[in-house]
Amino acid sequence: MVPPVAVTPDPLDLPALTAEISGRRSGDGAVTSFVGLVREQNQGRRVSFLEYEAYEPLAVRALNRILDEARESWPDVRLGVHHRTGRVELGEASIIIVAASPHRAHAFAACRYTLERVKQIVPIWKHEHFEGGDVWLEGATADPDDEAARQTAHRIACA
Amino acid sequence: MRVTVRLFARLRDLAGSGELVREVPGPATVASVWKGLVAEMPALGAYERTMSVAVNADYSRMTAPVSDGDEVAFLPPVSGG
Repeated sequence: MVPPVAVTPDPLDLPALTAEISGRRSGDGAVTSFVGLVREQNQGRRVSFLEYEAYEPLAVRALNRILDEARESWPDVRLGVHHRTGRVELGEASIIIVAASPHRAHAFAACRYTLERVKQIVPIWKHEHFEGGDVWLEGATADPDDEAARQTAHRIACA
Repeated sequence: MRVTVRLFARLRDLAGSGELVREVPGPATVASVWKGLVAEMPALGAYERTMSVAVNADYSRMTAPVSDGDEVAFLPPVSGG
């Protein structure tokens, strides 16, 4: 049994999540998935590997909140999202998202919305190890009640 | 009262620990717990404008009350994905 939401040190399994979210439902017209990978170059640095740290209970809660938000906008979409923690090597997946829907536009949008919201409000941090040093990456100040941020994610999702 | 303080990412590095137990005078708020922490470790203070806070693993605000036994977390800007 694959849960729709997971924060895990184990390698991410896209086929298993896809099967769980979309498996053989005749009403589906589309399944979209997103896989975020650890990239070798970042801001001119040659990355060696990333270490992800999470505040796990709140991260799981925030991911579930994002799925609830997405269901409000696209009620016919079913979603799953798994995020990796710990050391992740170059080329490995740090996040996978699967969205299934009768309609492709909804599946694409819900998938993108979920990713943008993860970057806004899920308490997970990248510790980048690169040639010559290491640095904590800091993106957004997490505020799930920031309606402007949510609207930005929605706009990007529907662009 | 006694609270557990959780720190993550660079805040954890600056404090040298991700989990601290602290005695705080009541009535306490997230802000008063933070103030005590910064008095002890001034380097943390720079995060006050950009961090988020949580009480018992739920997002909260600096003005929220804190009770004996609560877990109070201070979170630098997030960078998942």
